[in-house]
Amino acid sequence: MKDTDGSYITEDGRKIGGVVMEMKNITLKFGGVNAISDISFDIREGEIRAIIGPNGAGKSSMLNVISGFYIPQEGEVWFHGKPRPQMKPYEVARQGIARTFQNIALFEGMSVLDNVMTGRLTHMKSGLFAQAIWKGRAEKEEIANREIVEKVIDFLEIQAIRKTPVAGLPYGLKKRVELARALAAEPRLLLLDEPMAGMNVEEKEDMCRFILDVNDEFGTTIALIEHDMGVVMDLSDRVVVMDYGKKIGDGTPEEVRANQEVIDAYLGVQH
Amino acid sequence: MAQSQGGASALLSLPALLNRNATQFGTKPAFREKEFGIWQTWTWADVEREVEALALGLIQMGVGKGDFVAIIGRNRPHLYWAVVAIERAGAIPVPLYQDSGAEEMAYVLDHCGAKVVVASDQEQVDKVFEIQGKLHQFEHLIYLDPRGLRKYDHSHLHRFSDVQEKGRAARDDLIRELEARTAALTYDDPCVMLYTSGTTGKPKGVVLSNRNIIESSKASSEFDKLTKDEEILAYLPMAWVGDFIFSVGQAYWNGFCVNCPESPETMYENLHEIAPTYFFAPPRYFEERITILTIRMEDAGRLKHWLFKRFMELGRKVGPQLLDGKTVSAWDRFLYGLGNILVYSPIRNRAGMSRVRVGYTAGEAIGPEIFDFWRSLGINLKQLYGQTEASVFITQQPDNEVRADTVGVPSPGVELRIDETGEVFYRSPGVFVEYYKNPESTASTKDAEGWVATGDAGFIEDGTGHLRIIDRAKDVGKMADGAMFAPKYVENKLKFYPNILEAVLFGNERTECVAFINIDLTAVGNWAERNNIAYSSYQELAGHPQVMETVQAHVEEVNKSVAEDDMLSGCQIHRFVILHKELDADDGELTRTRKVRRRIIEEKYADIVVALYDGSKEIATKTEVTYEDGRKGSISAVLEIRDAAVVPVVPQKVAAE
Repeated sequence: MKDTDGSYITEDGRKIGGVVMEMKNITLKFGGVNAISDISFDIREGEIRAIIGPNGAGKSSMLNVISGFYIPQEGEVWFHGKPRPQMKPYEVARQGIARTFQNIALFEGMSVLDNVMTGRLTHMKSGLFAQAIWKGRAEKEEIANREIVEKVIDFLEIQAIRKTPVAGLPYGLKKRVELARALAAEPRLLLLDEPMAGMNVEEKEDMCRFILDVNDEFGTTIALIEHDMGVVMDLSDRVVVMDYGKKIGDGTPEEVRANQEVIDAYLGVQH
Repeated sequence: MAQSQGGASALLSLPALLNRNATQFGTKPAFREKEFGIWQTWTWADVEREVEALALGLIQMGVGKGDFVAIIGRNRPHLYWAVVAIERAGAIPVPLYQDSGAEEMAYVLDHCGAKVVVASDQEQVDKVFEIQGKLHQFEHLIYLDPRGLRKYDHSHLHRFSDVQEKGRAARDDLIRELEARTAALTYDDPCVMLYTSGTTGKPKGVVLSNRNIIESSKASSEFDKLTKDEEILAYLPMAWVGDFIFSVGQAYWNGFCVNCPESPETMYENLHEIAPTYFFAPPRYFEERITILTIRMEDAGRLKHWLFKRFMELGRKVGPQLLDGKTVSAWDRFLYGLGNILVYSPIRNRAGMSRVRVGYTAGEAIGPEIFDFWRSLGINLKQLYGQTEASVFITQQPDNEVRADTVGVPSPGVELRIDETGEVFYRSPGVFVEYYKNPESTASTKDAEGWVATGDAGFIEDGTGHLRIIDRAKDVGKMADGAMFAPKYVENKLKFYPNILEAVLFGNERTECVAFINIDLTAVGNWAERNNIAYSSYQELAGHPQVMETVQAHVEEVNKSVAEDDMLSGCQIHRFVILHKELDADDGELTRTRKVRRRIIEEKYADIVVALYDGSKEIATKTEVTYEDGRKGSISAVLEIRDAAVVPVVPQKVAAE
């Protein structure tokens, strides 16, 4: 049953709310190349929204537009019902958007705990000096933030590597640490750039479970890019399919799977 | 002990002990668990309140006197409270192995007719729901960790804290009923039912009474002078009798603190943080730690390596003597002191053993080399010999009388008898009540006078009175020429090598012995990495020619050492094979406590055994495997069979006695 604003309850009992973010006719160019041409879609509160497409389809560019890193030449990004102005990365973070990267961007020399703590930076109010002498408010603040970080560590089951430097960790675990850092920011919208890339089957299954659990336990809206079709179809509520910078499909996994254009883009067609 | 005097007669159940602890040392820590990176503490007074709330909640849920309530999960304080809460409500707790598959669990839950199950998390909840159809008496499921369970149908599913909350709310109505049920508990009422994993057949439910648990805990605490100030780490399966005695029986009797790790993966780190004073681990644990240590030393610099080697040699020579209070030359004593600063103490610290006053190993025979290694570090590691049916203790080694080849003298209150076939029998206050719903097995194990057959062959040593276990009575056999065949003795020697994880020896009624070997992936993998040897799977590494060479060298060294024992020199390994898969409890090849199931392995790999005896150079085989989620698959491999050099022995007739 859909409400007037389009919100509904999924089969497994999750509530999908109104539109959080809307892409309106986005076009992004690098020089003369159209990375994204005239794409529109929306992201609803509480849903898992996937953007898929073959290599070079413009998925990562799209995610960077969502995160505010790229400014599209044409079109607007609407966030919570208003056009979003150009923003600095920390402003994006303050708006409750966190992300992970395709090629892991962690502080390699720091421990897992310290890396995850950096996710709390935007929530720290005390100044540089106060943090340096670590007295009064700065101390209280760090303890409160550490508590949130510890809950994330518990949630992602990385207690055993809490104090291990990131550099020595296997790839799958690094990905998990990156997710932990994003979660530590307590985001309302979580952007995941190829969360399963380069993982083995077991690691993929773990990651899927974590993504579903995050969405379920915290009600976090998740937008993810992935080219592993199987994973996407199992995880997502709705899928946008891109090819050569254009949107060629948008809908539930079943709808997308039945879409001829999508099949052609993935399997190729004879010209 | 002071607390055993006053009112010992009234301490007839775990709830009674809990009440005494809450009254006498209410502010003392009873349980700790690391959560969110911090050790959380509950005092004995806290525990009494938690237990009461849960017990009230259970009564409200409809748990009646004599019902069985199963507990499934890793070591967590809440699950330990559940044990006592269930008893308070007049029911009987049945802890189960959390890693057993759904089928195994279905058998046990159906056999005891558990009405309520307390499970730790979603994984266990899913398992129980999966088999729900087969369980006729099953009514309610209580879970601890709510993660992932929010969307489940909650008509028969309850959160642990909600049950306690409801119990607290209904306190006024139910407290009289609860007090009455707790007061009605007698010394001979069942305290717990534990399923033995058994090396053969279906698991049997061993019923242990309050008397069994409390008398055993009391006697063993006095034997080792345990106090209320001990710290232990609870990390072994709750379904195992050892954990029940250490983390429940002795902890409640003495009032000492039980610490639960943050997660199974953080166990080593948590052990290091807690540094227990009283520690228990199966031989496999001590083997694993040596493997890790050896790997680290391989990677260490030259100086460290030299120091380690030099001082471990010295340690092996004088460490055990010093521990036993024997005289050692002043120079050695000085060197040992130096080694203590440079080597022994850091290793002890890293292993979380710096405060261990009493350490035990049991469950299986430990390799003498492994045992001596830890003793030489100055750790008072002792052996005990026990069984579920005995509430653990049959024999223990007293301080200063520790040896690798015996399992000690009879524990206080235990009588021993060796029958004419060499099988060990015992009788004690800890002897179990019965096997639940299995009078036949009860009668064949325990006779009318209370003597219990251990199923192990052994003898009591002249002079010292120590018991020596040779092997499982049914495993000890005779070779074709009449010489004794004792597989475990040889296997333990093999397992001393870090590269070898498991070994299975065959040779009963044959002319010569052959062996299956499992390599240790951690140790061999590390070696492969250091030597730039690429491998993609366990199977590939296991079949690598250089690995074969190394293992062959180990086998030949073992043969030399076996040849030195007159009685067992016939057990030298003539041919061996490195298996293409690890022996696994999920495939039924090991018990849940990781003991080798010899008969099953022999049947399952019959083709390989034949090949070992018929002189073939290799064998193509296909094996069915069970994945952790219960799916089945198969792996096929061609295994190389190698001949090992044996030391010729003059055949001699072994006297029977």
